[in-house]
Amino acid sequence: MLQYFDPKQRRNPEIDYGTPAAQGVPVSLTIDGRTIEVPEGTSIMRAAMLASIKIPKLCATDSLEAFGSCRLCLVQIEGRRGLPSSCTTPVEQGLVVQTHNPRLALVRRNVMELYISDHPLDCLTCPANGNCELQDVAGEVGLRAVRYGFEGENHLAAEPDTSHPYFSFDASKCIVCSRCVRACEEVQGTFALTIDGRGFDSKVAAGQDEPFLDSDCVSCGACVQACPTATLMEKTVVEQGQPEHSVITTCAYCGVGCAFKAELKGDQVVRMVPYKGGAANQGHSCVKGRFAFGYATHKERVTTPMIRDRIDAPWQKVSWDEAMTFAANRIRQIQQQYGSESVGGITSSRCTNEETYLVQKLVRAAFGNNNVDTCARVCHSPTGYGLKATLGESAGTQAFESVEQADVIMVIGANPTDAHPVFASRLKRRLRAGAQLIVADPRRIDLVSGPHVQARHHLKLLPGTNVALINALAHVIIDEGLQDQAFIDARCDLEAFARWRAFISEPRNAPEALSAALGVSSETLRSAARVYANAGNAAIYYGLGVTEHSQGSTMVMGIANLAMLTGNLGREGVGVNPLRGQNNVQGACDMGSFPHELPGYRHVSDDRVRQTFESNWGVRIGSEPGLRIPNMLDGAISGTYKGLYCQGEDIAQSDPNTHHVEAALRNLDCLIVQDIFLNETAKYAHVFFPGASFLEKDGTFTNAERRISPVRRVMQPLSGKADWEATMAFSNALGYPMNYQHPSEIMAEIASLTPTFSGVSYQRLDEEGSLQWPCNDAAPSGTPTMHVDQFVRGKGYFERTEFIATEEKVNRRFPFLLTTGRILSQYNVGAQTRRTANIGWHEQDLLEIHPQDAEDLGINDSDAVQVASRAGETVLAARITDRVQPGVVYTTFHHPESGANVVTTDNSDWATNCPEYKVTAVHLKKVQRPSEWQTAHRAFTETQVSLMTQAAEQGLDETA
Amino acid sequence: MKQPDLNDLPNLADVPALVAEMGQRPGALLPILHALQDRFGYIPETSIVLIAQGLNLSRAEVHGVVSFYHFFRTSPPGRHVIQICASESCQATGGRTLEAHARRRLGIDFHETTPDGEITLEPVYCLGNCACSPALRVNRAVLGPVDPQAFDQLLATLGSRDPHPKPWKIEPTGTTDAGALVKLYVPRDTTTIALGADEVAARLQSSIDTQGLPVTIVRNGSRGLYYLEPMLELETDAGRIAFGPIQVADVETFLASKPWLHPSKHPDYLGLTEDIPFLKQQQRLTFSRVGRIDPLSLPAYEAEAGFVGLRRALKMLPEEIVREVTESGLRGRGGAAFPTGIKWQTVLDTPSATKYIVCNADEGDSGTYADRMMMESDPFAVIEGMTIAGLAVGADRGYIYLREEYRYAEWVLDEALKRAEAAHFLGQNILGSDQSFLIEVRLGAGAYICGEETALLESLEGKRGMVRPKPPLPAIHGLWQQPTVINNVLTLATVPIVLAKGAAYYADFGVGRSRGTLPVQLAGNLKQAGLVEIGFGQTLRTLLTEFGGGSRSGLAIRAVQVGGPLGAFLPASAWDTPLDYEAFARMDAMLGHGGVVVFDETVDLSEQARFAMTFCAVESCGKCTPCRIGAVRGVEVIDKIMSPVQTQAARQDAVDLLKDLCDTMIAGSLCAMGGMTPYPVLSALEHFPEDFRRGEVIATDAMNPV
Repeated sequence: MLQYFDPKQRRNPEIDYGTPAAQGVPVSLTIDGRTIEVPEGTSIMRAAMLASIKIPKLCATDSLEAFGSCRLCLVQIEGRRGLPSSCTTPVEQGLVVQTHNPRLALVRRNVMELYISDHPLDCLTCPANGNCELQDVAGEVGLRAVRYGFEGENHLAAEPDTSHPYFSFDASKCIVCSRCVRACEEVQGTFALTIDGRGFDSKVAAGQDEPFLDSDCVSCGACVQACPTATLMEKTVVEQGQPEHSVITTCAYCGVGCAFKAELKGDQVVRMVPYKGGAANQGHSCVKGRFAFGYATHKERVTTPMIRDRIDAPWQKVSWDEAMTFAANRIRQIQQQYGSESVGGITSSRCTNEETYLVQKLVRAAFGNNNVDTCARVCHSPTGYGLKATLGESAGTQAFESVEQADVIMVIGANPTDAHPVFASRLKRRLRAGAQLIVADPRRIDLVSGPHVQARHHLKLLPGTNVALINALAHVIIDEGLQDQAFIDARCDLEAFARWRAFISEPRNAPEALSAALGVSSETLRSAARVYANAGNAAIYYGLGVTEHSQGSTMVMGIANLAMLTGNLGREGVGVNPLRGQNNVQGACDMGSFPHELPGYRHVSDDRVRQTFESNWGVRIGSEPGLRIPNMLDGAISGTYKGLYCQGEDIAQSDPNTHHVEAALRNLDCLIVQDIFLNETAKYAHVFFPGASFLEKDGTFTNAERRISPVRRVMQPLSGKADWEATMAFSNALGYPMNYQHPSEIMAEIASLTPTFSGVSYQRLDEEGSLQWPCNDAAPSGTPTMHVDQFVRGKGYFERTEFIATEEKVNRRFPFLLTTGRILSQYNVGAQTRRTANIGWHEQDLLEIHPQDAEDLGINDSDAVQVASRAGETVLAARITDRVQPGVVYTTFHHPESGANVVTTDNSDWATNCPEYKVTAVHLKKVQRPSEWQTAHRAFTETQVSLMTQAAEQGLDETA
Repeated sequence: MKQPDLNDLPNLADVPALVAEMGQRPGALLPILHALQDRFGYIPETSIVLIAQGLNLSRAEVHGVVSFYHFFRTSPPGRHVIQICASESCQATGGRTLEAHARRRLGIDFHETTPDGEITLEPVYCLGNCACSPALRVNRAVLGPVDPQAFDQLLATLGSRDPHPKPWKIEPTGTTDAGALVKLYVPRDTTTIALGADEVAARLQSSIDTQGLPVTIVRNGSRGLYYLEPMLELETDAGRIAFGPIQVADVETFLASKPWLHPSKHPDYLGLTEDIPFLKQQQRLTFSRVGRIDPLSLPAYEAEAGFVGLRRALKMLPEEIVREVTESGLRGRGGAAFPTGIKWQTVLDTPSATKYIVCNADEGDSGTYADRMMMESDPFAVIEGMTIAGLAVGADRGYIYLREEYRYAEWVLDEALKRAEAAHFLGQNILGSDQSFLIEVRLGAGAYICGEETALLESLEGKRGMVRPKPPLPAIHGLWQQPTVINNVLTLATVPIVLAKGAAYYADFGVGRSRGTLPVQLAGNLKQAGLVEIGFGQTLRTLLTEFGGGSRSGLAIRAVQVGGPLGAFLPASAWDTPLDYEAFARMDAMLGHGGVVVFDETVDLSEQARFAMTFCAVESCGKCTPCRIGAVRGVEVIDKIMSPVQTQAARQDAVDLLKDLCDTMIAGSLCAMGGMTPYPVLSALEHFPEDFRRGEVIATDAMNPV
């Protein structure tokens, strides 16, 4: 008998089992004479597929609930009347099912005949030709003629909707299976599509029967993915034809870490298809990963190494060797002149683990200091600090899948539908199934209210008051005795708890005392605390709205406290879950990118750890932490820090207080930028190493759930070198030899030196698809849920979380608070997404301002508004919206010319220096022209582009 | 292009408040859409985003729902909306002529508005006025029978008609010191109102008042002897005496004859009502009170054994109630004939804190009107039946899903619910017990498919009325996925008598596995159309001749369609089949909801077969392929068969294809709509093949001109 019980048993992601997996007690039945055992709740269709018996189908697909509309999957069941559809009929013990016989064949063929009587017969010129389920099923059922003819009523004259930049909708090819509508509802959770009308007039419609682009469509591509015909089709496929081979890889946008199947013709990516076998995304995607990959071959890619003596000199295109020699000489000269500590590096959260590892190794081994930092400094460094202090590990506690077990979900300072869309879809699915939601955010994010989602509470706190919020919530739980004392007694450090309890019980931490500072009523705070504490499983998801504050680390500890207090750790459905911004923030942190930590979060002062690396690398490593990014910038300004190797980050745009950053960069004697575009930082560079996009290299990314996923090369690096190869060459030029033949060898070194990674290898990754660290002898299959039996640090530690208001306060001079965030279509500094059609959704960063404030200031929609802080000023176009509360304004930072970070200050987290991006006191004024900085920035950009163009022309001369 | 007048734009300012208030109710979308259409005459496109935001839906979802239901419109209609019934009963009595006349007269087609903006013309599939067809509805008033002359008269008086008439009002009934007065019963239900009963009542009242006559009027629903309506009844010591039909013009002479003194002298004297053979030969159990009492009078209801069943049920255990219903042999009267007790048992056995009773009052089958009569003439019986069902399965909430076409029934039900709750027959602590039950009426919006139980549930939840696959059964996962009893109006209205008189009493009627009585509705081309409740086992022929009195036209009866638009057309050879679910099933026919539509010899069965497919195409939810595409192809293939320019072989191929298509629809459809549409088609082909050769005849004539 075939055994198919274990619901977690991995299935072949290439097979469509027709209906989703079920989890029930085993039931056995006979299908076509074979006895099969499957979990109760499984459909007959799935049971048959598990036994490799394929039943024709069109409306069924295993990412969607059974629908039962196409009537091709009919079967016969002994003792039952009629022909039930196998997708909607669940298995029962002892059923005897026939899936193929002449009667079924006749009905199927006749149903197919009806379909084709309203379908164009242009298979040979159809974009789906060769990859069309309708075509396949017509073949399977043996359709040979359409006796109805083609003169009857039909939809063949329907006009295609080509409004969307990435896909077209050709209703003439639609079979009204509703897969697209259901995918938009069940998978994505946007409900942008519907069926318009009924009966034969039924047709798929976006919104109120309007062009896709005008509808609520968020372009996730789930509908395109679900379509069994050419109705919804990527324009690239329409233009280029079906791809001929594919490679499974991991998306390079955001911390969700979706697996994609890159489908290619030769080395040209035709489309990116979310991969069902991807554990993080399970076949889902968002507009960025799915469609916005064109930047990889954008004409602005720089593919030749370049050097120059001064930043006002034209770039010189050179060979890799020349560039390496030039860069190495400069670094060594600086070190001779200013000391070995005068240089450093910044690793990239967008590059692979292996590349990041190599950069920090280069800094430690070739530069010979600990001056390495990464962009997590400016996003999630407080997460690392706060979680390490309380729980013992600098990472989130859960797998994304865990959200499916949560009863209450608290989202703090995160905007998942924009920044982590694929996870947001999973979260919304859980909300539709009945979980409750609490949102803590100054701004009304989409999750607060929308189709089939309504937050139980929106705690609309003022920017900068997070710690007051978390303290108030904890206070209520203690005050009302809602804590999980058994959990605390068993799992936590009781002395620390007693101290913390005394602190948190103080009246100044009561909601009644903090309500005014928060701008949230005490009743609401108490109710939210009860909802969280009384949930069976309560999970917290948070983002940069937690970390990017002067008390970012305090807030992270407060969150961990709250979870420990209520016993919401150590199992599925609970936990503390940082939503990581960039694709490999987690990995970059894991790889020892911090000046104080070696790979695996081990302090450089730990002799034993240091010695391991020293013996492996054959160098001495300093026991003192090196410089953090802000220290590097300060050092550059003061003249002690002169050389920087910056890989795949654009600190000139992304770091706060742009004036300060620019001044620092101008002061450097050698700035080496490695990137795929001449980004803002590169405008100050002396050496440019052309980077490779994620499509051009092998490696791994680690997502927000500690999942290490393979990145696989689908095309040759345009510059001839992947980033790891460039770093290696640079190290060799510096005289420290590196000689890896393949990134798998780098991973082998990482695994040999890092206990939490010891079980990781490329071979395992190929076998398993992905692995969640810790992955070692203690957890050979990885660790989806952390802290199960005990905390990594032993006993959970309640840290005191005193609320100290930020210095960024509103006053008469700066009466508004500016806070920043992201938008769905764009990614981070926008370097990638701005070079795709995504630009159409967000051509400029806008300043969101409440209607009341706008009226007071005489500002109309689209007016130019000066935003001035004590750090600087910029001018943005206004968007009047009640998403923001009065007194608070909001913008995004996806466009360099917006200068959002000209305004942000150099305030930062007390523990980690993570900048306080989220709170800046500003003054607003309606103006007529751009700011001085913006004017200067434009001129500088024009100069740099012309210096670049000269290099390009010179390059042309060389090749001519 | 004409610029829109800003003054014409709907003022949506208070829509968010309305949505917020109505949105408290579960599945509020349809009630909200009705409220907006009531106010604006249509659903303004710009209101959709407001509704979506208020209900946590997407714009697309709301749009999908609006576009699903034929009743909802997104552009303003004409001042008056005239809906002409296009269903079988009306077809059998000149409906097609009326349709053609109306189009020609107005110069517009269906779904169009006259250029002066006065009249919008729409088709409608059954108004429940099948005993007096052809019917039409102007705004909310049903009229019938309407011939072309009557239509022209309607147009002539349309200008004086209020397009937004006030809802029906409670009429004073039976004064308190009625003892000294003679009681005169004047009917009141949709069909009798269509026949002029309200005008008759008004004229009677004014004459009684001015003349100071010793008469008090009681409005009593209808007995269902529609061929005699408006039928007046006088209460006498010997029983009620009937006169009819009495039109407005007859009122003065009627009163002048002082019928309470000399009843038999009146020319329209019918004798004792109960002795009229049409009624006397019936076995009225479910309809025992119908037409006898003021439908909204609780004392009258109680005086006629009302709430006896409920009082008994309140003293019983749930399983005892269910057993009583099971033992009565009562089967679903909506058409599927599923044993009611077994359905209830499933719901009782499914553990859940929340369960529902849903009354299916979406009586869409042409030729059927018994549900309407029941709700309009004895609403408390429906309420009592639902309450007993709630006690039986542990549900405390009930919904009556009523078709939009039945606005008078809606008004009666709402009024009855108010009164029942005020008198503690509903609500908290029913009759002092610790049991509670609440009922709400929800209006459909012009979708036949919502009579299918799973589509009905979707609609109640505020969605498009798309059929759900079964399993899961609604009894286990029904309304909002909770265990749900869904029964037809008649089924639930029969429950009180089962409880009051016991299972054995009810089971004593009927034959075989068809126990009890069937309220048959005689409709179409019959001399004596009306309601006949009778024990199972009588033959169709008895109904047609003894009750129906032969055709209205006087021509021979040629075909009878039993069980609504999905029922087979039966030729004379089948009329001796006894009324029995199994006997009908054996000949690929069905009793269904008990509608009997009679066609005389002028009927063209190829046209009727074509209509069956057309109806399916119009009313298909569009979910499953055999129904969605098949119905349209069905119409086309029949057209091909009937086309004069066909070779013999091509015609035969088309007939074969039609049979193949029917087989595909029967075997492949998701629900009974697509699965049974072939029955009228196949029965027409089988029993009336000559009608499908008319194209051939024309072709032959053309080839051989005389």
